[in-house]
Amino acid sequence: MDWGNVFSQAITQGIGIQAVIFALAAIGLNVQFGYTGLLNFGQSGFLAVAAYGLGVSIAMLGWSLWVGLLVGIAAAVVLALLLGIPTLRLRADYLAIVTIAAAEILRLTFRSVSLDPIFGGSDGINRFADDFYKYNPYSSSVTIGPVSFSENDMWIVTIGWILVVIMSVLVFMLMRSPWGRVIKAIREDEDAVRSLGKSVYAYKMQALIIGGVMGCFGGFIAAIAFQSIQPDYYSTDLTFFAYAVLILGGAARVLGPIVGSVVFWFGLVLIDGTLSNAVSSGTIDFIRNDQVGQIRYWILGISLMLLMIYRPQGILGDKKELSLDAR
Amino acid sequence: MPDDLKYLIEALRDVPQEPGVAKPDPILIADDVMRHFGGLTAVDVSHVEIQRGTITALIGPNGAGKTTFFNLLTGFDRPNTGSWTFEGRQLAGVRPHKVAKIGMVRTFQLTKALSRLTVMENMRLGAQHQRGEKLFASILPFLWRSQEDEITERALLLLESFNLAEKQDDLAGSLSGGQRKLLEMARALMVEPDMIMLDEPMAGVNPALTQSLLDHVRQVRDRGTTVLFVEHDMDMVRDISDWVIVMSQGQVIAEGPPHDVMSNEAVIDAYLGTHHDKPLTDSGEALTAHHEEA
Repeated sequence: MDWGNVFSQAITQGIGIQAVIFALAAIGLNVQFGYTGLLNFGQSGFLAVAAYGLGVSIAMLGWSLWVGLLVGIAAAVVLALLLGIPTLRLRADYLAIVTIAAAEILRLTFRSVSLDPIFGGSDGINRFADDFYKYNPYSSSVTIGPVSFSENDMWIVTIGWILVVIMSVLVFMLMRSPWGRVIKAIREDEDAVRSLGKSVYAYKMQALIIGGVMGCFGGFIAAIAFQSIQPDYYSTDLTFFAYAVLILGGAARVLGPIVGSVVFWFGLVLIDGTLSNAVSSGTIDFIRNDQVGQIRYWILGISLMLLMIYRPQGILGDKKELSLDAR
Repeated sequence: MPDDLKYLIEALRDVPQEPGVAKPDPILIADDVMRHFGGLTAVDVSHVEIQRGTITALIGPNGAGKTTFFNLLTGFDRPNTGSWTFEGRQLAGVRPHKVAKIGMVRTFQLTKALSRLTVMENMRLGAQHQRGEKLFASILPFLWRSQEDEITERALLLLESFNLAEKQDDLAGSLSGGQRKLLEMARALMVEPDMIMLDEPMAGVNPALTQSLLDHVRQVRDRGTTVLFVEHDMDMVRDISDWVIVMSQGQVIAEGPPHDVMSNEAVIDAYLGTHHDKPLTDSGEALTAHHEEA
């Protein structure tokens, strides 16, 4: 078995494009769910409107990359307002229902045949991000130890990790401020916060918007890295993977989403590589090679379940804090 | 206690002992407040006034509507009809956080300590007009650092007087039930309210802590804050209240100083049930008649 190759693949994915996208999506969820207690099950919708905002601006309207990014951010803000205004006064469950439905409505709208001229139907929007690669400072592929990236991948991964760092610093600064104190208090008990003269609704709205905008940068990275916006990439799987990443790393921890995303993608690719290798070399003969893709998700799912049972606070969480919740 | 505050309590002496009676200097006036839950009338208060600067107890048997009345007054629940003013300001329909900002702050029957925040963070949360609570200012610590220090200083003074100072860095979830009650009261005082409403401050508190809690409530009044509290513990009611309002089946059925109210026939009936072997008393008949009108 070629362990060297398996590991270099796993490390590449663990710090690669997918890890960046999911780290950004999970940072947004961390603000919403981890700190504020908002159950946003439509994070994929925020990534989708950002990606399509960018893609449509550049490919259909001929606007520049920068205007496209602003359109994408504005779309995420508008989506947060649309989801928040009717639901944030209600119990937490309603936000969950509305967000998961809204994300699916968005995906189906983007892939609909009648809107094909704007959103490109199920083919999506492709090859629109050449502007971004014009600024690429890397002129050839980069190899660091066992990891190797093409010049374009290296450029987007660099920008991606810079964004992850900026977002994490922002979350750190927000959460140690009095604003963050109100946010965390809302997670503990909304009525107590109301009784102390704070507008819970306004704070929840701010958290929903900030989390959505932070997550939407994951949508930009996905769109630009793949030079392609596929509607089905923004399905509910994306949201649930982002939740898995967040809970794996540790919710309400600044570094939780980063650690979670790296471990998640490293683990997934490691399982995948090990199984494929074992199957091809005949070590495992009861699985066919085309079944490996499904089985790696079984193993991942079982691992997450075991994690929830034996370490529900995630890698970075504090069990003592979690156990207080039950009292 | 300053003389002007003493005067406010003494002024109650000449107030007639009847339900809905006018007070010399009311801070809160409620009129025709009604709340139905389906077919049940939980609250039906035609008129009640709370004297400024006093400790007023709101008592009554289980299901009398005391907590519901609290929820209505503080905006946590909406009445079917009715209006009330606080310091002359119309409060009907005002949202709970605005009510708190205006100066009427409540605590809860089931204590709402914010478990995963430290005791000190709980306290700081109570302070109003914090610059650092604005989204954009929050990431610029130099804008709010000095205010945060002032708030911390004030919180520490309060925590000391509530014997919680050495717990300031502990998570609130690790406190005992009685300590949480104290913390909740101290946190409410961080808002610097004109009136504090305590929903069963004694429930679940260790008897050893009772006396110090009573002292705290008195201190709050002596600093000029009006206190309204719901309580089942009659010893506490007798001990510290300047005036008692009795509710039963949603209505105010009696008012007066603690000793007189507890010997009031209507109150005893409400708690123990009417005496079937005796003809109805005047107050009992009045109650029945009023009930039928409603």
